[in-house]
Amino acid sequence: MQESTHLIHQYLRHDKKFPHLWCPGCGNGIVLGALIRAIHHLGCSKNEIALVSGIGCSSRMPTYVDFNTLHTVHGRALTFATGIKLANPALKVIAIMGDGDAMAIGGNHFIHAARRNIDITALIMNNSIYGMTGGQSSPTTPFGSVSATAPYTQIERPFQVAEMAIASGASYVARGTVYHARKLIGLIEQAIRKPGFSVVEIITHCHVQFGKYNQMGSHIDMLKWQKSHAVPAEKAGSLSDEALKDKFTIGVLANRDFPIFDQEYEKIRQAAMQAQP
Amino acid sequence: MAKHRALKVIRPPALIHGNAAIARGAIAAGCRFFAGYPITPATEIAEIMSREMPRHGGTFIQMEDEIASMGAIVGASLAGVKAMTATSGPGFCLMQEILGFAYATETPCVVVNVMRGGPSTGLPTRPSQSDVMLSRWGAHGNHASIVLAVSSVEDCFHVTLKAFNFSEKFRTPVILLSDEVVAHTRAIFSPPEDDCLSVINRVRPSVPPEWYIPYENTARGVPPMAVFGDGYRHNVTGLVHDVRGFPTEQKEEVRTFYERIHRKIDLNREEIELFESFFLDDADICLIAYGSASMAALESVHLARKVNLKVGLLKLTTLFPFPSKPVEEVLNRSRIVIVPEMNFGQIVQEVKNLGVCQTRIIPMNRYDGHMFTPSEILQKIREVY
Repeated sequence: MQESTHLIHQYLRHDKKFPHLWCPGCGNGIVLGALIRAIHHLGCSKNEIALVSGIGCSSRMPTYVDFNTLHTVHGRALTFATGIKLANPALKVIAIMGDGDAMAIGGNHFIHAARRNIDITALIMNNSIYGMTGGQSSPTTPFGSVSATAPYTQIERPFQVAEMAIASGASYVARGTVYHARKLIGLIEQAIRKPGFSVVEIITHCHVQFGKYNQMGSHIDMLKWQKSHAVPAEKAGSLSDEALKDKFTIGVLANRDFPIFDQEYEKIRQAAMQAQP
Repeated sequence: MAKHRALKVIRPPALIHGNAAIARGAIAAGCRFFAGYPITPATEIAEIMSREMPRHGGTFIQMEDEIASMGAIVGASLAGVKAMTATSGPGFCLMQEILGFAYATETPCVVVNVMRGGPSTGLPTRPSQSDVMLSRWGAHGNHASIVLAVSSVEDCFHVTLKAFNFSEKFRTPVILLSDEVVAHTRAIFSPPEDDCLSVINRVRPSVPPEWYIPYENTARGVPPMAVFGDGYRHNVTGLVHDVRGFPTEQKEEVRTFYERIHRKIDLNREEIELFESFFLDDADICLIAYGSASMAALESVHLARKVNLKVGLLKLTTLFPFPSKPVEEVLNRSRIVIVPEMNFGQIVQEVKNLGVCQTRIIPMNRYDGHMFTPSEILQKIREVY
């Protein structure tokens, strides 16, 4: 408790008009807590963090914390983050997005940021729904579930966020849940530390919208669902397809080294500047 | 922070096109970040910037689309680097939402739109002036805009510099309208020495961070701008915000926000409104033109003067805020005003809106993908004289 109080004083904005807008029981606060703890563990100065978000419930996060914060337009957080990182490479740039933000309207920017492997950390809070606008289908809404815009059930298959990041060329890809809150801190910490494009997909719950439409119970029930459906990535290899049905893996899913856009560009810049008469 | 370096190079006169002059003007203005996406007839600007940016210690990035390009330049500007993108109609349409974000957050940047025929794919390799009102009103919501038009290679250099200066001084995006004819017409250009150029940089806060009010409601309306990484740690949002940068729906704060982003442009109209007068003193008929049409118009004035027709030209460089004062003077003084434009009549509506005197205002429109010729404007002058 003492640690939390200390972190609250150090990292939350005191001149901001609290309370925040998240519903009681929302998982976004757990993600914010994990992010703050990760940054605290890394020993970063508040001045060197740029927190960039798009639009949606999760994207309100930057407003509450005492970093360089940017709340942009829907889906485009990574484009702003790209400009910030290239203009000031000393900044640690972290982009916060929801599943609709990152995968639907921002899907193109997501795969291209991964392809470039630019040194940005992307945290994608996946609650399988558009929460802020009232529970419409998102690109991660599971096949067969119900939403405000799929009253006869969702007939589209969902994107696999982390797997898409791996296929698109990100250096580091992990998946966590808000239930596994302590593990999440470590995943975010590693993601920020890792040079290149890092993605952490964070499975969270929206009991107010997704849970309500799909009779999944309270936020506690949905946290329990995360516990029972998450399989540590290192154990998944030894499990049968039958055992993995309807489950998802958590942990580090990819950690590799590819050329990093900002580092490669710096080489070009140095060579071009020296080539001048 | 990426290191910036001013190059001291010998610059002989060169035969360059308008797009190249825009790139040179941007570099002279201190632009050190360019994000873009290929599109005719603006592509050469990106190509030149891809070569020049790293040589000047800056950054070029080809983004995945024009939306991303616009996002990247706003991000770069928020991190303290002067930034520009260049596009044409279809790409400019895609940029409107983030352009609105730049108006709302008062982020300096320059957006070049090399106009081609539209709507849609339209006439990719043909000139047009049909994006004038789009440039003024493209982004949704209440905002004041600065829109400048270029007509020659010389203009492209100097007006681009002006565009950056306005954007930095007034903390606002500036739209630079070129067109396909200006973009690809070559002329001999002698670059001025850097020392002769007046370059304006945004005012940064001088108070300690804890005293800094990022969107302070000052009389001039332009608060100092902190950038990411300099220790001020402010919040930037496209939501209507209070003076501290936090979202608000309080009616007093909302009104204050809108009024200030209009006031900072309105109060400085005289400085922002750029125009040139040719033979207006005794003109009986006056042409009002901008962009490549103003070049044809000027030549037609020379031709008319040769045959003793009292014709003058008011060439507008600033289209918005609309330079109503010089236009009103012309309307008060002339018997007839002709407004040649490569569209169905956009600036002519602004002229008519002034609603002064009994002067005949005659629109002259081309929308066949070809530029005006001096002789056709002269013919029109003769018809109405």
